[in-house]
Amino acid sequence: MPLTDQELKELQQQAKSIRREIVDVTGWSGGAHIGGSLSMTDILTLLYWKYMRLDPARPDWEDRDRFVLSKGHGGVGHAVVLAQRGFFDREVLHKFNETDSMLGMHLDCHKVPGCETSTGSMGHGLSQAVGMALGARVLKKDWRVYCVIGDGESNEGSIWEAAMSAAHYKLDNLIVFQDRNHMMIDGPTEEVMSLEPLADKWRAFGFETREVDGHDMTRLAEAIDEALRMKGKPFMILCDTVKGKGVDFMENKPDWHYGGLSSELVEKAKQSIGE
Amino acid sequence: MSKTDSTFSWTVYEADKLTQREIYGIVLKDLGARHPEIVGLSADLAKSTKIGTFGDAYPDRFFNFGIAEQNMFGVAAGLAQAGLTPFVSTFSAFASMRACEFVRTDICYQNLNVKIIATHGGISFGSAGTTHHATEDYAIVRAFPNLTVIVPADAIETAQAVKKCMEIDGPVYIRIGRGFEPGVYTAEDYEFEVGKAIEMRSGTDLAIIATGATVYHAVQAADILKAESGISARVLNMHTLKPLDEEAVLKAVAETRRLITVEDHNVINGLGSAVADVIAASGKGCAFTKLGLPDRFSPHGYPEDLMHKFHVDTDGIVDKVRELLNREFEEAEDWEDEV
Repeated sequence: MPLTDQELKELQQQAKSIRREIVDVTGWSGGAHIGGSLSMTDILTLLYWKYMRLDPARPDWEDRDRFVLSKGHGGVGHAVVLAQRGFFDREVLHKFNETDSMLGMHLDCHKVPGCETSTGSMGHGLSQAVGMALGARVLKKDWRVYCVIGDGESNEGSIWEAAMSAAHYKLDNLIVFQDRNHMMIDGPTEEVMSLEPLADKWRAFGFETREVDGHDMTRLAEAIDEALRMKGKPFMILCDTVKGKGVDFMENKPDWHYGGLSSELVEKAKQSIGE
Repeated sequence: MSKTDSTFSWTVYEADKLTQREIYGIVLKDLGARHPEIVGLSADLAKSTKIGTFGDAYPDRFFNFGIAEQNMFGVAAGLAQAGLTPFVSTFSAFASMRACEFVRTDICYQNLNVKIIATHGGISFGSAGTTHHATEDYAIVRAFPNLTVIVPADAIETAQAVKKCMEIDGPVYIRIGRGFEPGVYTAEDYEFEVGKAIEMRSGTDLAIIATGATVYHAVQAADILKAESGISARVLNMHTLKPLDEEAVLKAVAETRRLITVEDHNVINGLGSAVADVIAASGKGCAFTKLGLPDRFSPHGYPEDLMHKFHVDTDGIVDKVRELLNREFEEAEDWEDEV
């Protein structure tokens, strides 16, 4: 279903709230993977508030849709999404990174309600998402698996091993988003290890592929709607995004892959995001 | 599940004539009939590892991933997250090294119910040489928390281990050989408990602690030593490397004071090192030696030749035992004669 104007407004407001809290947690925790969390925020907002079948009160509900954050560095962004969606108390976010806290840099599925699988090391999540999608087939379940992978992460050979197997097993219950923010720690992806032509690669690997602006929720929703109708192929939504999206002094700056924020910068960042 | 289940069909297949891998394939097929949650995964080694026997019976629950072990173990984690019980087969070298981080992070860290059947362990794939030998896997996998590590002595014990691993709610690594190793057991008429060493021969002069394919040689050596020289050698089949049966080791220390370990693995950080940790912590002085592969890459050759060359066969054990019996060591002052 296309987004209504009202839905779009609410989702955009939700995304702002998530971005503002990602900034807060970065301040509280002393440092976080903020750039890549801000670039994927709109995708996660749309999934968690519009598309995914889930019940925050029952994170283990058997028929829920699964979400795998293959780019596990986005843990801080995912944690804020889960908290705001009601999986756990937002107060916990104040203790992000602290010893004995529920929340570390990379989310642990045994500790964090709503986190399906523990990721962090690059190139692991997509394989696990393939396993969950295959599992649905074996168990004759109709849950879907949504997976967000990074672009830098796609230097890993295992991403392409997983891609081959998703296409081989015709996993049409698997929808993958690539957060194409063009940056990795050491610089622009095309300077560090070129990925282009990326859409061609996904098509060659057997994915039905759409290229969209990863911050345009209307276009994102259209692509997801199309993916939900797809039969016989896994679906790739290649999302053109901006690392650090929403915070003017972070956008497209690889330095903000990971960083800490003084209270002054927290305020500046939140002003940039807006109310 | 009952502890021993006599209805498995492998018992009528002349088990002692089948290889570990063949037995594994048959037992897994039988397990598959009563456990619909079992799925089988292969990386282009369905025939070599015999998991194909399961695949032929349950094609809808069998998945080949081609030559891509990292992805295979990652997918196994996802299948386990979905509630299934994946059995994953590949050569030990690839399970422990090529896919190492996927086994460690995706499966062990998350404590998932994945059963890894690592075939062609140690130097059992002799002529294939170093690339296909796995002489480091004990060292690697026993450092993974949550993982149970089992090294069955022969085909019958492989059947026991494969059945028993279903009772463990968590990851299990079962390391077997290529299948040409001689049998130790003739029937499944013994108690196999994960984490409990089996005394194959009683003895008080020394203890030979062996695992996997070397158990056969340890038993042979003990019988020769008894017949030729009246030496009373205890033989322990340490089929579970982790959790290690520390009690059996301490008992051997107290009762024999001379211990020798034997393994088809680099002498670094395998069975011998695990046993040495227990001995060191006991505070008791004893004569101890590790038999295993030297710290160098293993050459190609027939497995029995390589075992002989590196003294991890019957002859090598007999020689080392004679040497050990003559070795002097300092006994603790408070040592009470418990024999």
